[in-house]
Amino acid sequence: MVNNKIEIGGLNVFYDGVHALKDLDLKVREKEILGVIGPANSGKTSFLRCVNRLNDLHDNFKMAGKIMLDGKSIHEIDIHLLRKRIGIVFALPLPLPLSVFDNIAYGPRTHGVKERTKLLEIAESSLRAAALWDEVKDRLETSAFKLSGGQQQRLCIARTLAVGPDVILYDEPCSALDPISTLKIEEAMRSLKENYTQVLVTNNVKQAARVADRTAFFLMGEMIEIDETSRLFTAPADKRTEDYITGRFG
Amino acid sequence: MKRTTEWIIEKLIFISGIGSIVFVALIFFFLLKEGLSLFASVNVFSFLFGVNWYPISEPPQFGILPLILGSLLVTLGAVVIAVPLGIASALYVAEVAPKWLSEILKSGIELLAAIPSIVLGFIGIATLAPFLKNVFNLPSGLTALAGSIMLAFMAMPTIVSIIEDSINSVPRSYREGSLALGATRWQTIYRVILPAASSGILAAIMLGIGRVIGETMAVLMITGNAAILPTSILQPVRTLTATIAAEMGEAVSGSEHYFALFAIGIVLFVISFIINLVADFFMNRNKKRNKKK
Amino acid sequence: MIDSKLKEKAAFAILLAATIIVIAPVALILAIILINGLPALSFEFLFSIPRDGMRGGGIFPALVGTFYLIVGTALFAIPFGILAAIYLNEYAQRNRLTRAIELAIINLSGVPSIVYGLFGLSLFVEFLGFGASILAGSLTLAIMTLPVIITATREALSAVPRSFREVSFSLGASRWQTVRGVVLPNAIPGILTGTILGLSRAAGETAPILFTVAAFYLPKLPTSVYDQAMALPYHIYVLSTQVPNVSVKVQYGTVLVLVGMIFILNIVASYIRSYFRKKKTW
Repeated sequence: MVNNKIEIGGLNVFYDGVHALKDLDLKVREKEILGVIGPANSGKTSFLRCVNRLNDLHDNFKMAGKIMLDGKSIHEIDIHLLRKRIGIVFALPLPLPLSVFDNIAYGPRTHGVKERTKLLEIAESSLRAAALWDEVKDRLETSAFKLSGGQQQRLCIARTLAVGPDVILYDEPCSALDPISTLKIEEAMRSLKENYTQVLVTNNVKQAARVADRTAFFLMGEMIEIDETSRLFTAPADKRTEDYITGRFG
Repeated sequence: MKRTTEWIIEKLIFISGIGSIVFVALIFFFLLKEGLSLFASVNVFSFLFGVNWYPISEPPQFGILPLILGSLLVTLGAVVIAVPLGIASALYVAEVAPKWLSEILKSGIELLAAIPSIVLGFIGIATLAPFLKNVFNLPSGLTALAGSIMLAFMAMPTIVSIIEDSINSVPRSYREGSLALGATRWQTIYRVILPAASSGILAAIMLGIGRVIGETMAVLMITGNAAILPTSILQPVRTLTATIAAEMGEAVSGSEHYFALFAIGIVLFVISFIINLVADFFMNRNKKRNKKK
Repeated sequence: MIDSKLKEKAAFAILLAATIIVIAPVALILAIILINGLPALSFEFLFSIPRDGMRGGGIFPALVGTFYLIVGTALFAIPFGILAAIYLNEYAQRNRLTRAIELAIINLSGVPSIVYGLFGLSLFVEFLGFGASILAGSLTLAIMTLPVIITATREALSAVPRSFREVSFSLGASRWQTVRGVVLPNAIPGILTGTILGLSRAAGETAPILFTVAAFYLPKLPTSVYDQAMALPYHIYVLSTQVPNVSVKVQYGTVLVLVGMIFILNIVASYIRSYFRKKKTW
């Protein structure tokens, strides 16, 4: 029996009247890595930002449809608690202009953790989980901007982990990184599988093939198909999926 | 506990946010409260168009036409001087001068903006007035012309900086397009850049006028303060602002004279309100126009 | 072709001449103030009270009065202005109310300073019964300074990248936590610069304090916020137009002190700006 962590039904999204996402039905299973692929403007990011309600910050955003987290509508969960439970890692490494430690501590502090020893514990465990601890343990107090791009992105993952989410969303997390840094991030994702449900939006088809358990293909605001990654890549049901993954467009 | 503090802070933020509206309303209300009392005994027409301002004779006369014309004359003179000079210097700073020089010139203009009007008025009395007296062979240098020159100078930072901004907001592609067609830099400036920045220039002129009409201390000190219908720019005049500054000290609170000075305040408030709305209109048009491309 | 090159040369020469006409007097004015004012400066001039019907002695009460007025203005205008800017930049939706607030700010910045004086007289001095006092004068100057502080703060806030806010929100922070945690700390230098410039302008204003606080002559220092006070700008006005036969030295000395004070504030402001610009990492 597979548990569904997130269930989405009939989701439609509009920005400034543009129909960005059409009738999306999708279930994310507990502790899987779901890859989401598709060309630019296919609605991948719109979908992601609906799940933790970051779209609400957008002035001209409208949505209709249902999104459930553990069987409960996300609109019935306190928005701050929702974002605490569903973390996101953005496309560019976005450290705050603070030290490595303060970047990690930012979230927990927001949620009321004050004692430094506790914060240090959280920092160590999150940095370890994001496979960054060994590289930064001696420079927790240096500015986060001094880290390399790949380290910064893993710092952002650790920062997300530090508030204790059960779901992590990735919005093309490696699009600004070199291949070696990308591999390190993918390793981190695999090791996080044990405890977290992860959704990876990527414009890199191979990345989805490497890390995702299941993969969904989006095109122009619609989900064309979703399947086990191995099946989707070897025997796609839809011609458009095949064209995309074989590099005929996109 | 945390939620309550946050709730209080956010309420404070909101209150401060709408505070500006409240203050504008309060200013207008208190000007009206005092100023309108005048019209119990003086009718609006003879206030605005009366040619005699004798507030303390018996019976007093409260015609502000000489003051309005005084303000207009001084303002007009200032605009005639300031606009061409302002446009020219803004062009020089933004388009012609090498970067290092333009930085120096800009800090010079910022310095000018920082000098208080009372200081400029004082320097004006000490230098400009005697100079004009000698040049035009006048009984006194304290004239409308002195006021205009002074005010043109004081409006310069406003005018130059806004025009400079609007020149800088002209898209680079316009410039490159024109230069690529073989136009000289000067042809590019007056055929392409000036027209593209025209809304910004109009906004700058409006705000400059606003600055000039509202200016008080320097004009009070330097225009000679005669509340008569002006016939020449080489004559002493008295502006709306200077009248309030000069006479409020003597006016008895609650007297007709006191109310009349507030009524002048209403006139000034309305003028500045209109000028700023118009300037804002041009400013937004400038932004929109240069954003499109 | 030669013709248009020649025209360009002539045109640029005219532009340069106009710029010189605008800038040269600034240098001249500052030189006049320095040359005539420096001889007056002494410890005694700064720290003693005026004597001989203000023709001699020092300017201490005016200096102290102006200091009190700046502090009073800062106390009212800074918190109010910063909160208002936070509202406009971080909370307000794009709607009519916001547009109305923006127009109100534009208008506040355009209201003639003497009209502020009338308003202060009518509301603070008379209606609220503060009398001509430091309190009434500071409040009047504060409202006049608000638009400067609001505008500068808004610019500083909107210079903080949007992504910082998104990161903070995505970690579950509330709007206020986001403002306090990531927006304000990164906007402080800009806010500081704008605020100091606003206060330095208030320090030089005469018209708004004419009927709300300024005293012609006070031999002693104010002891409460309900006292009148002398102030440097008004003292210059008095020395140059109300008292006959004041020595040039005393007049220019006073002018130099006021201008010097304002320039120091301006220099501090631009130092803060350039210091943090260099340090800025984003």
